[in-house]
Amino acid sequence: MKQIYILFTFAACLLLAACSKDIEETNLLAPALNPTNADANAGNWKPILLSSTSEIAVQAPIATTSPDYVAQINEIKAWQGKLSESEQKSINYWSAGAVLRWNEIMRELVAKYNLPPVSDTNGVYPLPNANNPLAYPFFPFSNPPYAARAYAYVSAAQYDALISAHYYKTRYKRDAPYVVDPRISPLTNKSTLYSYPSEDAVVIGTTVELLKLLFPGEQDFIQQKAEEHRRVRLISGANVRDELEAGEALGRAVALKYVQRARTDRAGAAAGIVNGVDVWKEFELAAIQQGETPWISQETPIRPPMLPYFGRIKTFLFDSLTVVTKIRPAAPPSTKSETFRKELEEVLFYSKNPNRERIRMVHLWGDGVGTSTPPGHWNAIAAEHMIPLKLSEARWARNLALLNMSLMDAAIVCWDAKFTYFNPRPSQLNPEIKTLTGLPNFPSYISGHSTFSGAAATILGHLIPEKSNIFNEMALEASFSRLYGAIHYRSDCEVGLEVGKKVGNYAILRAQNDGAN
Amino acid sequence: MFYQIKQTYLHTHIAYSCKLILFIFLLSGSPLLISAQTENDAIMMGKNLFCTGIVYGNSNWNEYWEGTLKRENANLGTVSTNMIGPMGSLGVSSKLNVIFNLPYIKTQASAGQLKGFKGMQDLSIWLKWKPVKKQIGKGTMSLFGIGGYSIPSSDYVSDYLPLSIGLRSRNLSLRGMADYQVGVWTATVSGTYVHRSNIEIDRSSYYTTEMHYSNEVYMPDAAQVNLRMGYRGKYWVVEAVADNWTTLGGFDITRNNMPFPSNRMNMTRTGINMKYEPSYLKGLTLIGGANTTISGRNVGKSTNVQAGLFYIFNLSAKKSDKNQKK
Repeated sequence: MKQIYILFTFAACLLLAACSKDIEETNLLAPALNPTNADANAGNWKPILLSSTSEIAVQAPIATTSPDYVAQINEIKAWQGKLSESEQKSINYWSAGAVLRWNEIMRELVAKYNLPPVSDTNGVYPLPNANNPLAYPFFPFSNPPYAARAYAYVSAAQYDALISAHYYKTRYKRDAPYVVDPRISPLTNKSTLYSYPSEDAVVIGTTVELLKLLFPGEQDFIQQKAEEHRRVRLISGANVRDELEAGEALGRAVALKYVQRARTDRAGAAAGIVNGVDVWKEFELAAIQQGETPWISQETPIRPPMLPYFGRIKTFLFDSLTVVTKIRPAAPPSTKSETFRKELEEVLFYSKNPNRERIRMVHLWGDGVGTSTPPGHWNAIAAEHMIPLKLSEARWARNLALLNMSLMDAAIVCWDAKFTYFNPRPSQLNPEIKTLTGLPNFPSYISGHSTFSGAAATILGHLIPEKSNIFNEMALEASFSRLYGAIHYRSDCEVGLEVGKKVGNYAILRAQNDGAN
Repeated sequence: MFYQIKQTYLHTHIAYSCKLILFIFLLSGSPLLISAQTENDAIMMGKNLFCTGIVYGNSNWNEYWEGTLKRENANLGTVSTNMIGPMGSLGVSSKLNVIFNLPYIKTQASAGQLKGFKGMQDLSIWLKWKPVKKQIGKGTMSLFGIGGYSIPSSDYVSDYLPLSIGLRSRNLSLRGMADYQVGVWTATVSGTYVHRSNIEIDRSSYYTTEMHYSNEVYMPDAAQVNLRMGYRGKYWVVEAVADNWTTLGGFDITRNNMPFPSNRMNMTRTGINMKYEPSYLKGLTLIGGANTTISGRNVGKSTNVQAGLFYIFNLSAKKSDKNQKK
């Protein structure tokens, strides 16, 4: 008996020891940015919102021979003399790239705030209030359209700010601290670019300013990240202080242009509820007048649809008329048609016959409550595929701006179709249909996941042509996961992908003419 | 669009028979998970006796704790879990028993659109060892060491709470147990440490209290304390049971969020367990039990019932039930 006991104890210890529970976070594997091409000419690229890369003035830097500059160099030396392990870790983290890391931070904020408010005791869903973001329901509810817009503003602004920084780098030709003083050895890869203003600081300034608008309750968190980032630039010897200050000021100024745009892009009216009145009911009425069955919320208590006027928000890649005249898809199959009946039956089939592979797709692409949303997922995919390409910060920003403008415009055209046609979800017409993922609370046609994915795969396939097939396969899987999850009809998915591709093609058009090729 | 979830513990209790074993299933987990099962009782099977049968369990809740906030969710209604599966215990010797179980689980929600899941959950194997049995005062004190391991027996999905059928972690449990019996009256106390392996989910990133870029999820370990006392007679066993499960780490479900496998799931349940061995049907054992959740965190406020039917086989060539040990 004793032997058995010893054996058992031994086996138990072995099993316990065998499993380290540390998790490898893939985003921490990104190496320090070391661009193959520094894109020194990015100051000539075409901005999105700014009239030119010199629109925002940046003062000339002080001479590197001045006592002030020497003092700044000495500050770096002082830091470098006493680096802690956590500072070294911090350097490794931020050196992967300013655009990449701030994009990740945004995805994190979106996931944290992507939670639908609970109804109050009267069955009414309170609206988040931007002026009181930390009182429940927290502001924002960063659902997919909100998130798509947030990513787009931040990415587009970072791009405009970075190419403006490039303009001034070339104009002022301030060498990097380790070029001016060879006794400084940078703790990250040496950049071949001029150093004033700092690219990293431009990204900090832009992002921090825009996040005040987009995630007003997260200022402490954001400021703490910004401080850590700034410090890394100094202690790693990558920038002196005035390069950071000039960069942040430039970034902030660019961001304010975008804040101005955001305040007038009609997002404020997207909820469709004015003084407690459901003005969005006009969509329901229109569907009834067309002789169709209108969408009805399947939640208890009934929840107003998600951002019904998001389809009227100002687009980035084309004008609002184009949404209606060139992109809006034809009507879905009538709920009375034979085609519709067949599609409904197909949804029922997938509801009743899940298999592990389809469940995997449904859950991989679910991107529902508490996630960074489908636009965030596509940002993660883009980042993963861009890291090995060793791009400059400017090109990172450009690619993500093109992606995120596509995703925001995809949200707009998708929401335009959803509320124009206002057609019911499969489970509304057949209660036997149970879903394998959360049923979104808005009309069915066209599928948001499909529209996002069609747009993202199209522009990413243009930017990284060797991966084009992979992106298209992903888009197809993401799209059809919604049918397999029994929340969308086949035509929602197929037409969604097509519409998304159209949006992506507008982004390609811009990419071909922005001077970055 | 949010369905909330829950999890619950179904405490299934099975008794074993023929004066053999009495144990409890801990259906833990997600929607109902049956997972850690344990034999918390102080009865051993004799050498070469094999007791096996079927156990059935049912768990229901319509309230759950979102973190520490107790709430209902009209988009879930009542979440039910049904469990059925074989269970057995083999007497390697009168001091060492091997116990197994393998539940099939089906979940469903009475409201909302989310589809319930079903499938084979985790295979659990336990070694139960009784090294010490001593007369102390008027009664008999027995000490037990129990070790268990459980592992998913199918590729079921864990990241679908509260309707997933289990959490998928491979659990290694170590338990110490003491039993004191005076005549037909007994009291048993046990404490268990459950080491849980990390799990993999179908997503490539997820948010807990921060973002994680991985499909691997850190699963905190757990501890369980179980108290039981009552009557242990020749044909009947009737015990009152209190049980606490505490997750050693994990995070709370945020407001109106979905539950997640690595939530801090805690619960305290009280209930009764019964076992009956009819004198006219030798070898047959019936078990039954019920319990309710009196406090919890990130779990359903479940009410659970269980029942089982077992038969004992004597695997030694001839000697029939002489080998049965009391």
